[in-house]
Amino acid sequence: MLRLEKRPTPSKAWTIATPVLAVIATMVAGGILFAILGKDPVEAIKIIFWDPLFSEQFASYSRPQLLVKAGPLILIAIGLSFGFRAGIWNIGAEGQYIIGAITGAAVGLAFYPAGGWYIFPLMVVAGAFGGWLWAMIPAILRTRFNTNEILVSLLLVYVAEHIMSAMSFGLLRNPEGHGFPGSRNFRDYDVAANPELITGTGMHWGVVAAFIAVIFAYVVMTRHIMGYQIILAGQSPRAARFGGVNPNRLVVLCFAISGVLSGLAGLFEVTGPAGQITTDFNQGYGFTAIIVAFLGRLHPVGILLAGLLMALTYIGGDLAQLMLSLPKPAIQAFQGMLLFFLLAFDMLVNFRIRLAKSEAA
Amino acid sequence: MTDRLLTIDGLTKAYPGVVANDHVSFGIDAGEVHALLGENGAGKSTLVKMIYGLVRPDAGAMTLMGDSFAPPEPRAARAAGVAMVFQHFSLFEALSVAENISLGMENPPKHGELSARITKVSHDYGLPLDPERLIGELSAGERQRVEIIRCLLQDPKLLIMDEPTSVLTPQEVEVLFQTLRKLSSEGTAILYISHKLEEIRDICDSATILRHGVVVDTCNPREKSARELAEMMVGSALLQPQRDAGEFGEVVLEVKELYVPATTQFGTSLKSVNMAVRAGEILGIGGVAGNGQDELLAALSGETPSAEQTVTFEGRPIGHLGPNARRELGILAAPEERLGHAAAPDMSLTENALLTAAIRENLVSNGFVNWAKARTFAKKVIADFDVRTPGAHTAARALSGGNLQKFVIGREVLQNPRVLVVNQPTWGVDASAAAAIRQALMDLAGKGAAVVVISQDLDELMEVSDNFCALNEGHLTRPRPTKGLTVEEIGLMLGGMEEEQEVAHA
Repeated sequence: MLRLEKRPTPSKAWTIATPVLAVIATMVAGGILFAILGKDPVEAIKIIFWDPLFSEQFASYSRPQLLVKAGPLILIAIGLSFGFRAGIWNIGAEGQYIIGAITGAAVGLAFYPAGGWYIFPLMVVAGAFGGWLWAMIPAILRTRFNTNEILVSLLLVYVAEHIMSAMSFGLLRNPEGHGFPGSRNFRDYDVAANPELITGTGMHWGVVAAFIAVIFAYVVMTRHIMGYQIILAGQSPRAARFGGVNPNRLVVLCFAISGVLSGLAGLFEVTGPAGQITTDFNQGYGFTAIIVAFLGRLHPVGILLAGLLMALTYIGGDLAQLMLSLPKPAIQAFQGMLLFFLLAFDMLVNFRIRLAKSEAA
Repeated sequence: MTDRLLTIDGLTKAYPGVVANDHVSFGIDAGEVHALLGENGAGKSTLVKMIYGLVRPDAGAMTLMGDSFAPPEPRAARAAGVAMVFQHFSLFEALSVAENISLGMENPPKHGELSARITKVSHDYGLPLDPERLIGELSAGERQRVEIIRCLLQDPKLLIMDEPTSVLTPQEVEVLFQTLRKLSSEGTAILYISHKLEEIRDICDSATILRHGVVVDTCNPREKSARELAEMMVGSALLQPQRDAGEFGEVVLEVKELYVPATTQFGTSLKSVNMAVRAGEILGIGGVAGNGQDELLAALSGETPSAEQTVTFEGRPIGHLGPNARRELGILAAPEERLGHAAAPDMSLTENALLTAAIRENLVSNGFVNWAKARTFAKKVIADFDVRTPGAHTAARALSGGNLQKFVIGREVLQNPRVLVVNQPTWGVDASAAAAIRQALMDLAGKGAAVVVISQDLDELMEVSDNFCALNEGHLTRPRPTKGLTVEEIGLMLGGMEEEQEVAHA
């Protein structure tokens, strides 16, 4: 019989090995799933993990997509990781991302068709502000009335989605759009656009911001007292209070960080890859980022890698859908397996498996 | 009493890196009260866990009443007539006494029948207990009765008791001892683990002394002095903490009319607490666990802020200040719960040094942590307080309780506090380490700090404190000079009684 034994200290080797193991296990289990669906499993795995980057036929289109998709995921996940480390659960990054996109876009559209270098920076500030504002709702409800931040932040996503669709049909609708829902396209408004910075790479300002966020988070988490307090509060709330950490201040702080970064991600997305506010420009990055954050073990560098991996499975998944006519739910199940295996293998960091001697009485 | 009940022969148990029990052999007769003595880590717990079926020995054999005895699990041990009262109770606070006892039984009888049996057993053994009361309303002593009665209902041949008196008042200890003597006279053997050597001399017929997992000696504790017993345990002469009673200075920390609501449902709220500590004074606060000790510590450390004027430091109101603001002034604290309160279990000792020493040791500048400096400070604590650990990078949870306690106390003492508040400073720490901690507290007071020692160990309070007061259901008695206090007077103070005539002392 197998038995679990708690390790005296968390294993460093397993901390690094478990994500790799989880990816391998996902490939095996996913392969079985694809085989049952009547597809060649090796081919399917290759299309998902290899072809987007190296196939001669697709790479020129899909390689830049890697950064385009990974950028917002990493940016949002980095923000979430602060709260998750502290045991503060912001599940509503998607909402903060949408609102950030709307407020940022609204500022830009208000200037239309004026020119000026300051317009885009103003939009960035407005996007960050919008995300922050939306994040403050669950944060303040939690600190003032002790409401559950998981529920409040999650439900506010649906509110944000309704606002998004109301904006597409109403206030922000393109007056020259022939009645179609959706705002003006920022690609046609240069000073407010977030273009690809280096052709063929997918690099845009959002990706730059994501890389900066990774470095910022790394420094804060390892060198700054704020990072120490966040980790402390997550591991041991009582010790944190004894150490002078104010739990309410931490809630507000963590929500503020994730709100700002989510809002920025929304602004960069709407002005760049998405181009305009529509009823469904959002792509669900805010939810996927939760997976990315955990897949990266809430560590900045881990999140960077996890964001790239997640983006790859998205692009590869689309490709597999197209090439092998795999159903979308199968791809989603495949992505779900990744998180499942990661959490399952996670246990090995703190526990070791022992073969128990047979307990015959 | 030549009736051999349990024979232990060559029991050995090794854990990675340490042999917890190395060929341990001894015997217990029916009706015998047998003491198991040893420092922390001497292997007492491992030994009783093997007898109770929680741990399986690597080698060796046990014989119970002539039959080979190798319980694979506690259930088998209980079936064979071995019962155990643990130091930490496993009771549900929101359930009644009878419900708790019923939960631990294999085939619980009907509620009415069980209640009747509980009442009967509790009367027979002089342990009054109402089966319908909620555990959350009971004192620690009463909770222990629940555990004892739970054992007695199984009609045990051997009763193992792990540190049973650590949570009891002297009067409650007396009641417990009467019960144990009655059990012993009826032929039940008792294996008694305690650090309190006077108690062992009082109640035990024989003693087995363990050191580093090996039986080093056996004796009749009545023929030895407590000091001799302690030295047998430690294996060397014991240093007695001492200091010259100096003059006290000005009042440093004063508490006036402090009310603090209970932190948990079954916690105790502090009611109108008044106290004052002077420079150079050690104020001992006794009391049975759960009478407001945690709340008092939190109110003094700043974890539970109160109205501005209720706590003053050198005349300055500080009741509203949080822990770090108080640390800046020099008011430090070491809570009772080591893992999870005084220290974060999964963090290294270096990170745990930062937990309370960030401000006074200047470990943070412009918000950035100076990890090198934090490591140096952690290493200093480890060296000065003889913390046995591979190094400052070790996670707090990997340290034994006693070693972590030394670290936690050392971390505060080395920060040169003006006021130090400690709760259970030597809880679970072995004799020589406890002496070292007490000495450190006395030296601190000798250097002019005001020290508040909250403890359930009365011997400890008698040894270190200049003045003594007691917490009872959130009330704090008036302090009295420790010198000359009798056990009866202390017992009355712990029970919340005050002698109205004796006002002038404080």
